[in-house]
Amino acid sequence: MATTENTVNERPLAGVIGYFDQPSQLIDAMTEVRKANYQCFDAYTPFPVHGMDAAQGLKRSPLPYVTLVAGVLGCTFAFSFEYWTSAVDWPLIVGGKPFNSWPAFVPIMFELTVLFGGLATVGAMFALNRLPNMKRKIFDPEITRDRFALAIEVPPAAVAQYKKFDVAEATEFLNKLGATGVRTVYAEGWF
Amino acid sequence: MSTTDVMQLSPDVLVTGGKTMTDINQDVAAPLERFPSGKWWAAFGVAILAFLIGATLAANMFMQGLGVLGLNQPNGWGVFIVNFVFWIGIGHAGTLISAILFLFRQKWRTAINRAAEAMTIFAVMTALIFPVIHTGRPWYAAIWLLPYPNQRQLWVNFRSPLLWDVFAVSTYFTISAVFWFVGLIPDLASIRDRAKNPIRKFIYTILSLGWRGSNKNWSHYEMAYLILAGLSTPLVLSVHTIVSFDFAVSLVPGWHTTIFPPYFVAGAIFSGFAMVVTLMVITRELFGLKNYITLNHLEKMNKIIMATGMMVGYAYACEFFIAWYSGSPFERFAFINRAFGPYWWAYWIMAGCNVFIPQVFWFKKARRSIPIMFVVSLFVNIGMWFERFVITVTSLHREFLPSMWRYYVPTWSDWGITLGSFGFFFIFFLLFCRILPAIAMAEVKGVLDLNSEAKEAGHGHH
Repeated sequence: MATTENTVNERPLAGVIGYFDQPSQLIDAMTEVRKANYQCFDAYTPFPVHGMDAAQGLKRSPLPYVTLVAGVLGCTFAFSFEYWTSAVDWPLIVGGKPFNSWPAFVPIMFELTVLFGGLATVGAMFALNRLPNMKRKIFDPEITRDRFALAIEVPPAAVAQYKKFDVAEATEFLNKLGATGVRTVYAEGWF
Repeated sequence: MSTTDVMQLSPDVLVTGGKTMTDINQDVAAPLERFPSGKWWAAFGVAILAFLIGATLAANMFMQGLGVLGLNQPNGWGVFIVNFVFWIGIGHAGTLISAILFLFRQKWRTAINRAAEAMTIFAVMTALIFPVIHTGRPWYAAIWLLPYPNQRQLWVNFRSPLLWDVFAVSTYFTISAVFWFVGLIPDLASIRDRAKNPIRKFIYTILSLGWRGSNKNWSHYEMAYLILAGLSTPLVLSVHTIVSFDFAVSLVPGWHTTIFPPYFVAGAIFSGFAMVVTLMVITRELFGLKNYITLNHLEKMNKIIMATGMMVGYAYACEFFIAWYSGSPFERFAFINRAFGPYWWAYWIMAGCNVFIPQVFWFKKARRSIPIMFVVSLFVNIGMWFERFVITVTSLHREFLPSMWRYYVPTWSDWGITLGSFGFFFIFFLLFCRILPAIAMAEVKGVLDLNSEAKEAGHGHH
């Protein structure tokens, strides 16, 4: 039930959502929404739609840098620890090798590079995506099944600077782009 | 490369039966939402029984000591190390499918990657049982290999391949589990959104972490997935390389060879794909997923089985050549003894199952016949188990001095605990089929869209 008031049952207005049949239409609509200078908007799709990042104007994800730093840290940590235990804390001759027999340390250096890099990448991905988050709710349960949605969202008050959000205007804009079932949505939680 | 080019390169239809995205959700979620069938309960019961047999015999072994096993001097390693290498190897196909085929943009992997990755994780868990229990004192073995300052302030030996193994296998398990879970998040959200039962909804809400398919999230998600694939690829190659170091770094004739790392990796992928075929043939039948795991998919896997089978065949031949070429009488003896000594039967079971039987896949009819591929995959599983048996036992049972020659016969405890490991694996796999979506729905939807878009408009986005 669409309403233009800004809260329903004390839930704040989240924005206006509209649906498209094909991912290609969604990409075209996204390009228009971006051009229209809205501040907060996002696509909601059952699978990643290729070309959407460019249409939405998203920058390349910074995750590779996280992986690089964490991987280098893992590698360094592995070598330092192996060196310290084998050559400093308790130097012990094993198989006639030198205390710092670094070639034998390489396998564990590699493994910890991968371990640190992989875990940090996933951790950073969760952080950037604000996951886990049990407070917000999906706008429509059919999005994870087969619907392609575009939402023009109310910007947080502190950063609303370019354009004032207007429900009627955003609704009309989405309708003009060919969206179906345009309606307002409210922030909800699962719990 | 545009999508039309991709279509021309891989003209196979990835999903048959004219399925829509709604059908995908319906078909994949169906086994999760109904009461398990009689067949499932029967299989689950057998798995539990097998596990209990193994657990009982293992408990008996902890009380009586390792003497209940067939181990003797000089055969200090037996069926347990064989099982360890076997199960770790099984896992490798899952990572190959999820990571390496992803980097090569093989779209057909979407149908099988979820179940294959599940198989990887459960196989690694099963494998980890053996190094822990083979000490006879698992409560110590579980922590002794970890580098912590113990009461004598002595550190673990970082120059030992056995310690490299601890790090390789535990990293492999961790990264595979994380990779698998990341892949599951969108599908868990899908299951959450169609759940009617409040308890089911609650559980899948927690598991899916609040995923809602926003493109800002997909952007980071896809990058993380790509990076994990990139990290898993060298990781999976390193794991069986390091497992092979357990043998190759020693000085035992028959083990001390440089061909071991690539040979072990090829063998791991070979045995893993055989297990994937075994499991997929059953899963698609029992859970009605024939339109997703199609004959085309199975045929591709059979081609990989044949290719990797010939790689291990090449390795068997190469080992013999190098043993002769080395000029070392001990090396020559080890290999002649391997094929024609007291364990000749194990060697020829291995060669027959791994090298000769997969040759039927030269024929398209055999590659596309469910009964034939099922039987071949079982033979390959048996053959690869015997490969590890041959490597371990034939190299140990005749030491340098004939006074140290002794035949090794596994006892009922060895076999029972091996059976128990299969039970352990299948308990997890059967539960997986009931609780989690066995097909990566979001990924299959992505390739479904590729098909329809290319058909309709002949243009696409890269």
